[in-house]
Amino acid sequence: MIRVKINNIDVEIKEGTTILEAAKKVGFNIPTLCHHPDLKPKGSCGICVVEVEGMPTLKRACMTEVVNGWKIHTNTPLVRTTRKTILELILSEHDMDCPTCIKNNKCELQSLATTLGINDLKFKKEGKEKKKIDDSSVAIVRNPNKCILCGRCVQVCEEIQTVNALTVSQRGFDTIITDAFDVGLGNSVCVNCGQCTVFCPVGALYEKSNIDKVWMAINDPDKHVVVQEAPAVRAMLGEEFGMEPGTLVVGKMYAALRRLGFDAVFDTNFTADLTILEEGTEIVTRIKEGGKLPIITSCSPGWVKFMETFFPHLGEYLSTAKSPQQMFGALSKTYYAELKGIPPEKIVSVSIMPCTAKKFECSRPEMKDSGFKDVDYVLTTREIARMMREAGIDLKEMPEESADDPMGQYTGAGTIFGATGGVMEAALRSAYFLVTGRELQDVDILAVRGMEGIKEAEIDIDGLKLKVAVAHGLGNARRLLDKVTEQLQKEGKSEYHAIEIMACPGGCVGGGGQPWGSDMARRARRGETLYKEDKTLPYRRSHENPSIKLVYERYLGKPNSEKAHHLLHTHYYKRSKIDGKVISEH
Amino acid sequence: MELEHACQCAQINEEELYPKLEELIEQHKGKPTELIMALHKAQNLFGYLPKKAQEIISERLNVPMSTVCGVISFYSFFSTVPKGRHSIRVCLGTACYVRGSQHTLERVEKELNIKVGGTTEDRRFSLDVVRCIGACGLAPAMLVDNDVYGRVKSTKIMDILKNYE
Repeated sequence: MIRVKINNIDVEIKEGTTILEAAKKVGFNIPTLCHHPDLKPKGSCGICVVEVEGMPTLKRACMTEVVNGWKIHTNTPLVRTTRKTILELILSEHDMDCPTCIKNNKCELQSLATTLGINDLKFKKEGKEKKKIDDSSVAIVRNPNKCILCGRCVQVCEEIQTVNALTVSQRGFDTIITDAFDVGLGNSVCVNCGQCTVFCPVGALYEKSNIDKVWMAINDPDKHVVVQEAPAVRAMLGEEFGMEPGTLVVGKMYAALRRLGFDAVFDTNFTADLTILEEGTEIVTRIKEGGKLPIITSCSPGWVKFMETFFPHLGEYLSTAKSPQQMFGALSKTYYAELKGIPPEKIVSVSIMPCTAKKFECSRPEMKDSGFKDVDYVLTTREIARMMREAGIDLKEMPEESADDPMGQYTGAGTIFGATGGVMEAALRSAYFLVTGRELQDVDILAVRGMEGIKEAEIDIDGLKLKVAVAHGLGNARRLLDKVTEQLQKEGKSEYHAIEIMACPGGCVGGGGQPWGSDMARRARRGETLYKEDKTLPYRRSHENPSIKLVYERYLGKPNSEKAHHLLHTHYYKRSKIDGKVISEH
Repeated sequence: MELEHACQCAQINEEELYPKLEELIEQHKGKPTELIMALHKAQNLFGYLPKKAQEIISERLNVPMSTVCGVISFYSFFSTVPKGRHSIRVCLGTACYVRGSQHTLERVEKELNIKVGGTTEDRRFSLDVVRCIGACGLAPAMLVDNDVYGRVKSTKIMDILKNYE
């Protein structure tokens, strides 16, 4: 332990504590801008400066570890003026059309200006040329005019996701954050995970909105608009309406969506259960018939593009099962259309996702197995919250309602898809049944839960020792798959039978479409919410879902049937590491 | 630099140089920390950094494409546009600047109808600025290829340049 004085108050803290953390301990908040709890501090903005007695220069609190005996001052005239000047200089380069900015009222720069008491712009840059907005991607928009060059987006893209789509380019006043060759994210290796949009403190990175198109569909009396919501959305939408992180809002969400004007309110959790039947059957078949192992999950579209780009040799190991979103889309325009007697061309299929990559997934040219674009529009959690606010709907005040039949019923296995490890746990619950014909008694498989980057477990299925691994966040996925690749090359096989990969840290509850201002702690709370919901549901194994039994009886036959293959399975491509473009089919 | 000047042909057949590039960067394969050395060799070979050469370096050294682009854009020595047969470098160091090298620069830009970093259409000249070439006593100074010109008056510029075909 070491002792320091902060603003004349004695503090005893562990060695290695930063000034920022130490000050917080005694109740002083030091303002920050580039700092983020989930990223390594790098001190690029300089807002967090403090005075240390005897030191010739100001110290950056976020990255300076305290030294025994230091006398630190966080609120001196010099500190205050320096912080203000830095912020004023940042603002002089910033596009300040705040009321029309997507980040208005949720912007860290805006709230910092309030905190530091900036009420006049000292430095004004006349005749500033506007930089080109990058809207080349179907998922993510980058507006360099709002960018403050804090570097968080580059850091998350490089260090956490290891995608390296974004980089700092040029120097001095010309410095810009961009992609390779400055040709736009849509022409780059970007996997659309959207973590950059979650980490951006300002309105420089955000999802490409489909709100207008969805309003238009809803208001078109000729269209029948159906909606599905991903598992994770029910654990995060409440935050957009001031509710505690991790509040489960499933019933209120259905009610709000009906009031927005959707004609049928279904649930992606239903097709999450369906995914388990298709993928679980595939696992069992591959094990029994000596197919490619390990089987790797395919429901995370950020991960799928990452695999196609950086691990193309693993393409044939991926499950061919489509993601729950795309299974839902295909069924909405076939099964549901036939059942209701609605011409599929009149159905508009909308999905609410915690994800930006889902926008890319639904635009993939092969996702048209219903004969139409299977999913028409994807809205992130943030977008649907904006629509609800615009429509004057306060989620908190909504009654509890249920989803519609026949694609609304779900099990606990479906709902835990939203958290890292959830797909694996759900798959194991059903795989056990598919192999043995008996039910797994203890369905809580704790070894695959939690926020550890890579998790492993071994499950005994009647003497068959199934070894599984789970990774979330693409950097962790890369580490795990480098190991698997090496095993495959050296020994011809891997120690694992099945692997779950989710592109985003925490799984879908940490997706690129989650509410702004989230950190890992919040992601974890949402995950716990889903596990809690799982425990309360009457069915906890996907194959027990009555609506799933019904869809096979009425329409698909059995899992992995020819019809199921046509509608619910897909194939992958090899992509260039230079620009992410398709090179060849697998 | 020699290769840049050795070729008198404006239409260098770049394709023929790629086997040579592979040879030059062989020793840097799989070594991301040697990126700048590899880029340097490529620039000397081609006279600039063609997109294809950047892609090969990214691939061979295992450096993300975006990082390669970022590094190239940071260092003014690297160029992604083809260079002319002759390079003009106007010094904008302190001494030259106070003796009016900005006017020299503007005159060159006007006469050749190019901006800093650009190359004339006939690929005869490229124009860059440098910060001090150690000829402060001769300010304002200018380099054409490896020849130093001192006390450059803007009216004399075309007389100097006509010696370089």
